[in-house]
Amino acid sequence: MPTKSIHDIAASFSRRGVLAASAGLMLGLASISGAKAADDTIKVGVLHSLSGTMAISETTLKDTILFLIDEQNKKGGVLGKKLEAVVVDPASNWPLFAEKARELITKDKVSVVFGCWTSVSRKSVLPVFKELNNILFYPVQYEGEESERNVFYTGAAPNQQAIPAVDYLMKEEKVKRWVLAGTDYVYPRTTNKILEAYLKSKGVAQEDIMINYTPFGHSDWQTIVADIKKFGSAGKKTAVVSTINGDANVPFYKELGNQGIKAKDIPVVAFSVGEEELAGIDTKPLVGHLAAWNYFESIKTPANEKFIKDWQAFTKNPKRTTNDPMEAHVIGFNMWIKAVEKVKSTDPDKVIDALPGIEAPNLTGGVSKMLPNHHITKPVFIGEIKGNGQFDVVWKTPGLVAGDAWSKELDGSKDLIGDWVGKKCGNFNTKTNKCLGSGS
Amino acid sequence: MPTNLSARLCTLVLSLVLIAFALPAFAGPFEDAVAKFANDDYSDTEEAIGAVASSGNKLAFPIINALQDGRLMADPDSKKVYVTGTDGKSIDAATGEAVASVPDSASAVRLNNRLRRSVDAALGSLTLQSPDLGARLQAAQSVFKSHEETALDPVESALAKETNRSAKTALGEARAAILLFKSDATEVQKLEAVATIKARGDQEALALLSDIGTDQPASVAKAATSAIGSIQNSLAVWSTVQNAWYGLSLGSVLLLAAIGLAITFGVMGVINMAHGEMVMIGAYTTFVVQEVIRTRYPALFDYSLLIAVPLAFLVAGAIGVLIERSIIRFLYGRPLETLLATWGLSLVLQQAVRTMFGPTNREVGNPSWMSGAFDLGQITITYNRLWILVFTLAVFMILLAMLRYTALGLEMRAVTQNRRMAASMGIATSRVDALTFGLGSGIAGIAGVALSQIDNVSPNLGQSYIIDSFMVVVFGGVGNLWGTLVGAFTLGISNKFLEPVAGAVLGKIAILVLIILFIQKRPRGLFALKGRAVEA
Repeated sequence: MPTKSIHDIAASFSRRGVLAASAGLMLGLASISGAKAADDTIKVGVLHSLSGTMAISETTLKDTILFLIDEQNKKGGVLGKKLEAVVVDPASNWPLFAEKARELITKDKVSVVFGCWTSVSRKSVLPVFKELNNILFYPVQYEGEESERNVFYTGAAPNQQAIPAVDYLMKEEKVKRWVLAGTDYVYPRTTNKILEAYLKSKGVAQEDIMINYTPFGHSDWQTIVADIKKFGSAGKKTAVVSTINGDANVPFYKELGNQGIKAKDIPVVAFSVGEEELAGIDTKPLVGHLAAWNYFESIKTPANEKFIKDWQAFTKNPKRTTNDPMEAHVIGFNMWIKAVEKVKSTDPDKVIDALPGIEAPNLTGGVSKMLPNHHITKPVFIGEIKGNGQFDVVWKTPGLVAGDAWSKELDGSKDLIGDWVGKKCGNFNTKTNKCLGSGS
Repeated sequence: MPTNLSARLCTLVLSLVLIAFALPAFAGPFEDAVAKFANDDYSDTEEAIGAVASSGNKLAFPIINALQDGRLMADPDSKKVYVTGTDGKSIDAATGEAVASVPDSASAVRLNNRLRRSVDAALGSLTLQSPDLGARLQAAQSVFKSHEETALDPVESALAKETNRSAKTALGEARAAILLFKSDATEVQKLEAVATIKARGDQEALALLSDIGTDQPASVAKAATSAIGSIQNSLAVWSTVQNAWYGLSLGSVLLLAAIGLAITFGVMGVINMAHGEMVMIGAYTTFVVQEVIRTRYPALFDYSLLIAVPLAFLVAGAIGVLIERSIIRFLYGRPLETLLATWGLSLVLQQAVRTMFGPTNREVGNPSWMSGAFDLGQITITYNRLWILVFTLAVFMILLAMLRYTALGLEMRAVTQNRRMAASMGIATSRVDALTFGLGSGIAGIAGVALSQIDNVSPNLGQSYIIDSFMVVVFGGVGNLWGTLVGAFTLGISNKFLEPVAGAVLGKIAILVLIILFIQKRPRGLFALKGRAVEA
């Protein structure tokens, strides 16, 4: 091997990035690109926060893309060229996401970008991707109500996570009373709006739904947990649907455990708690609480076992966990490779047109397909937390669920569809047969 | 010959006895039921639990108990089921015979929440007469929750034998719960049952009474409605007590996070934005201490926090002294530059920790004496919050005593009140500055040890406390420790009384607005320092 591998280069640069950030030069100067690229590589942008609040979740995704690029290069790259990662650090700073995205596209001339975690960071880069016409793969479960030409959503839409989870609780646990608890921002608010409409359509009365929002990083959960306990003592089976995000989860689950709320009495189903988040908690008091995802590390398929093995070897950490957004990146990356190979070009316009219909195997034994609305088909799993911080799958959808860009539960969006193949429109109204366009 | 005959007879009898014992090992409802555990199917497991629990076999309890703890192993190939004891020895679940080892292909029988409830109900009727009082109370509680008719006979026979008063009450309540839901119970029995449950008076009693359905006699329904009303009234009173307790608890967390700042900002006047990172360093010290204990001396785990407290004080204090000597001492009297420098420093420290320990949360365990909760009347008090309150007050008192009675405390007060006078009295003011800053940082480190018990141990830990800490110190009155104490508890309690009314988000906003208005009126906080020191 005469050349230094991509990963080594990227790793040394990211270390430099860390130093730069440490020196307090985070604003604007922490770019890690810099490398003068040879012309015989295809550049792949990685736009994930490596510092700040979201680093906890996004650092892993950066490593995932580096890992995938490394694997692809071992197979000879794509179109006879090697792939090269360009990693930047938007530092959990939403406006900086847009700046860094512009830098990746105009300065580094990347062919595709994998990035973003929060919805607000995605919204912040959207205009840049539209203006400069590039491709963004967005790997995180989100609130839906969006379909953009330049964005491919490989995470779950609400109908691929929230709705099946509620169905499970209704059927298996006979839940009659619902607490919708979330962090106060756009994803939980929209998801809860969808869930509320869905529950009401299933005959749940208004007084059997309690909606509660908390600030980011909320750490004193005593009152809310006591309220949940009280709400749950009305004689009807109660469950909590949690869209609580990030750091607030650990104190929430600790308080649940300490106040003795057991899963068998009031189960909590979470949409933002995965293997990584549980790594910071002693899960023994939480056994039986649920999470709904499209992937769990504990799912036993040959593809998943190989992925975990290679990933742990790549990160040189035999305990490194895997999670749902990582799988979304795996699917998205492979779809992009297939589309590029199909059109024999990395030109964004050609790739965008080629992507719908492309299929790529997911890690849980199925084959996911990119849909005309730029969402993908995914299986939905309900997992129970085990004592060792992993999940035990207790239920799954019979087949793959197609992602809805626009929720069928909300009045404002039930007639809309995204179709970038036939209608060339992200928000086509099927009632009026009109494309609303980007103005709405 | 006769001896031979008797020997043969003996053998015959023995083998008959053996066959009689061994026969059920090959067939019989109990063995069939046990074999169902090996099917790895939730409904089969549920049937097996019911059949085993009602079999009367003496293996029923060990099997169900092992199932609950994940010690019941099933081999899907041979359909054999094993109970692994807590001592590592295993028996065959169907026969009770000891086995040398459980085959590798066997895995623990899986449970879901529905099955966990069945297990609880089954264990409840099996342990009603356990010699252990705790187990009996728990059993009565799970029967109360599941209130299945089949449990009535075991409850009544247990009630007849029970001598302990609290266990008797619990069993009486369990019996009442069963009778209330039993369709053929008499009206008198049901009315008595309602009265018993009403006397219990907690949320579970409320849940039970709200769930009795519509097919009850009119008198029972009426009694239940009035019982619900009176329980709700008493719970409303308790909820005020509960809010007050939560307020005290939140106040203690605020106070703990703010005491260190009360020294560095309050006493020294340094706008220390890196205060939160000292808290974080204390929390990470706890993590490191626990890691070492886990790998080397697992028996000491319950003492890990006691060991971590002095270490966190030393680590954070030493870093504090280093910061003061290398950065802050050049910036005295320049608040804006201090603010920027310490803010930059907080970013550097965060990123350093992120590089060293990784960006993800680290697990800091609760020692057994800080886990769980106990009931006081109708409110639940969690041990970790209680200990944090006690710990906070202890730290506060020690700090107060130190400032009042030690030579260093005297020097600190002298330097903050009149630096030049103190210097001319021979006090090495720059040394005192360094030590004061170190003290404040060290106390922030101690706070980190306690906060690691209720919050994330992540590089962002400190950020979430810095605003609250400044709020408490400014509200209480800069430079006054008692002000910090009163400020923290005032904010905590008012927050917790607002939260149920306004919600967590609005509650927090309301508190901030109130503080702004208050500061407008009294810019120096609750307890303003008076005299020349203020103008210095």
